[in-house]
Amino acid sequence: MKFHAFNDQSGGTTRPSAGFDEMVRPDGSIRPAYQKLADWLSQQSRGLMAKKQEEAEAIFRRLGITFAVYGDSASNERLIPFDLIPRIISAKEWRFLERGIEQRVRALNAFLYDIYHRQEIIRAGRIPAELITNNEAFLPEMIGFDPPRKIYSHIIGTDIVRTGENDFFVLEDNLRIPSGVSYMLEDREAMMHLFPELFAAHRVAPVERYPELLRQTLESVAPAGCKGDPTIAVLTPGIYNSAFFEHSFLADQMGVELVQGSDLFVEDGALYMRTIAGKEKVDVLYRRVDDAYLDPLTFRPDSSLGVPGLFDLYRAGHVTIVNAPGTGIADDKAVYAYVPDITEFYTGQKPILQNVPTWRCAIKDECAHVVQNLDTLVVKEVHGSGGYGMLIGPHATKAERASFAKKIAAKPSNYIAQPTLSLSTCPSNVGKGPSPRHVDLRPFVLVGDRVRITPGGLTRVALKKGSLVVNSSQGGGTKDTWVLED
Amino acid sequence: MLISIHHRTSYRYDRPFNHAIQALRLTPPTDESQIIRSWSITCPGIEYAAEYQDAFGNVVHLVTPPGETDGLEIEASGVIETNDRAGVIGSTHKIVPPAIFLRPTAKTIESPAIAALALQCCRATRLDTLHALLSSIHETVTYDTDATHALTTAAEAFRAKRGVCQDHAHIFIAAAHVLGIPARYVTGYLLIEGDTAAFAHHAWAEAYTDDLGWIGFDAANGVCPTNHYARLAIGFDAPTAAPVRGTMRGAGSEDLSVEVVVRAGDQ
Repeated sequence: MKFHAFNDQSGGTTRPSAGFDEMVRPDGSIRPAYQKLADWLSQQSRGLMAKKQEEAEAIFRRLGITFAVYGDSASNERLIPFDLIPRIISAKEWRFLERGIEQRVRALNAFLYDIYHRQEIIRAGRIPAELITNNEAFLPEMIGFDPPRKIYSHIIGTDIVRTGENDFFVLEDNLRIPSGVSYMLEDREAMMHLFPELFAAHRVAPVERYPELLRQTLESVAPAGCKGDPTIAVLTPGIYNSAFFEHSFLADQMGVELVQGSDLFVEDGALYMRTIAGKEKVDVLYRRVDDAYLDPLTFRPDSSLGVPGLFDLYRAGHVTIVNAPGTGIADDKAVYAYVPDITEFYTGQKPILQNVPTWRCAIKDECAHVVQNLDTLVVKEVHGSGGYGMLIGPHATKAERASFAKKIAAKPSNYIAQPTLSLSTCPSNVGKGPSPRHVDLRPFVLVGDRVRITPGGLTRVALKKGSLVVNSSQGGGTKDTWVLED
Repeated sequence: MLISIHHRTSYRYDRPFNHAIQALRLTPPTDESQIIRSWSITCPGIEYAAEYQDAFGNVVHLVTPPGETDGLEIEASGVIETNDRAGVIGSTHKIVPPAIFLRPTAKTIESPAIAALALQCCRATRLDTLHALLSSIHETVTYDTDATHALTTAAEAFRAKRGVCQDHAHIFIAAAHVLGIPARYVTGYLLIEGDTAAFAHHAWAEAYTDDLGWIGFDAANGVCPTNHYARLAIGFDAPTAAPVRGTMRGAGSEDLSVEVVVRAGDQ
């Protein structure tokens, strides 16, 4: 089974420097949250850790978690590397992150409602009109529609990087169809199996309730006319999709049907799925199919992954699509630069979490700055994903930078640039014993009748020494993430 | 004036099948230029249709005719009272930012030739520019029912210098976009006393000006709509404003025929 781990836009990238290590202070002392883990690590032999590593791999092979790397045919099914050493986040740090994430996802949902209605934020002059109307991610078909509870993005994977004691930055909001949550759950399960004594020594906040909370979230946004318990289904593009494992895993864990477009049909104003027992009405569709492929009657006519008439039913309020179509306008990389303004506009508060400073090549002066400073910047395509199509200035050759400058000049509005942040490091199990490696964090957020954030999330780690690219498609791994309870 | 309309769409399939599905944009709006006196849609399954207003304000019925079928008849009819506003519709459905109608589609994407024509039509005011476009396209593109088909793009029709109302509207929209003027596609009905079958089921363009709002331009006839015109649905282009948009599963072919009768009065 194939699994492309992080099917989204992305890439934490930076140059290692005197970076922030989450376990060890510059003076060599251990931070309190890591004290017990550090003691334990010092008692483990290299042989034992190697044996545990093999055991972990056997567990993941049995679970069938592999992932596909696009453009790498020789090894297009690989086991995603798993790092045995957990990452630890203190209760205090987590409370801060939780508040910041909740503020941000509420603001972005309010933004989505506004941008598909009166566009007050544009009228107020806080963001330019062209940023929205000219943006391919803005879906005119969604204009004027009120989704249940006015929520557009229900399932979110906010990518966060850390550069210092109190410095957390949101790298990407991932409001479309973020993936990776199955890794968070499987990593935890494997760790509890491998190191029960470590869990006994720590009070680790549980993540196992995620499927139950996901189900509650989906039920809470059932159409207004839905009577009784809503029926939920997970829509997958099929077994050849790189995240199929996760689709099937989540449907199974929630106890709902996993369906493909061909299992669904519209009849008499309702959505139905074919089941062994006959047809059954579907109220909420958790779709893992991109907007463009959802409904050949409204979007791409050549799509066979969706259901003809699905979008009409959605607009008529007869079924809920989760996440809503058109959420991409709020996690578009060109819009990203405005998220601090967006947060302030809708919440009336200063943003709790920082944005990475972003230069928009669409703006002439900013573009000039980018082209002159390519050697220090990371340049990303506005609609790119998975770490593909990006330039990491400090790691690129002169020729690569020159050819990228030409691409920017040809279509400036397609690019943004950010400084190379010095990502924090955590101890990783890399053969010769624990050694610091750069990490990022994707907490998983659910927005329905309330905002539910699973403590921790998925930590991605750049296993190559000094590397700043954590994407699984570029040689990154994952590790369990522990939020300690007070 | 009162205009009565009978609009019949018939599908014939080469073999029977289940789960035919049709999205109907067959309900004319009441707006500045018209009031709907009576209107009804007849179609198998219409009583169970999912009904909603789409992003542009069109009322949509999504219908699934019951059971296995080898054909489908959809009939819309009613009486509309129109008044002559020289094509000025104003700001209908205010929630949609007019700038959205600067987006090109596969049908309305400009060609160098259309851009050249558009640039020659630049005048002191946007309204004068639009009227220049109207005459210029009307004179350049000859009405010809054999030269193009349903899938012809603005660029192709303009190269041929021939086409039907759909092509004139697409070319007008493409040209307006070149000049940064929001423009959209309208389907509707046209009353011509005497012989009229070809034009009864009609289409034209609407363009936006800040002071007057949306204004109709019928480049096929070289005029702005009068009280002989009744509006049905709007969109970016012919496919998105289509009164009937359907899909059928599996292989097979279909025959489509559309019959529209427009008469003066309320008969």
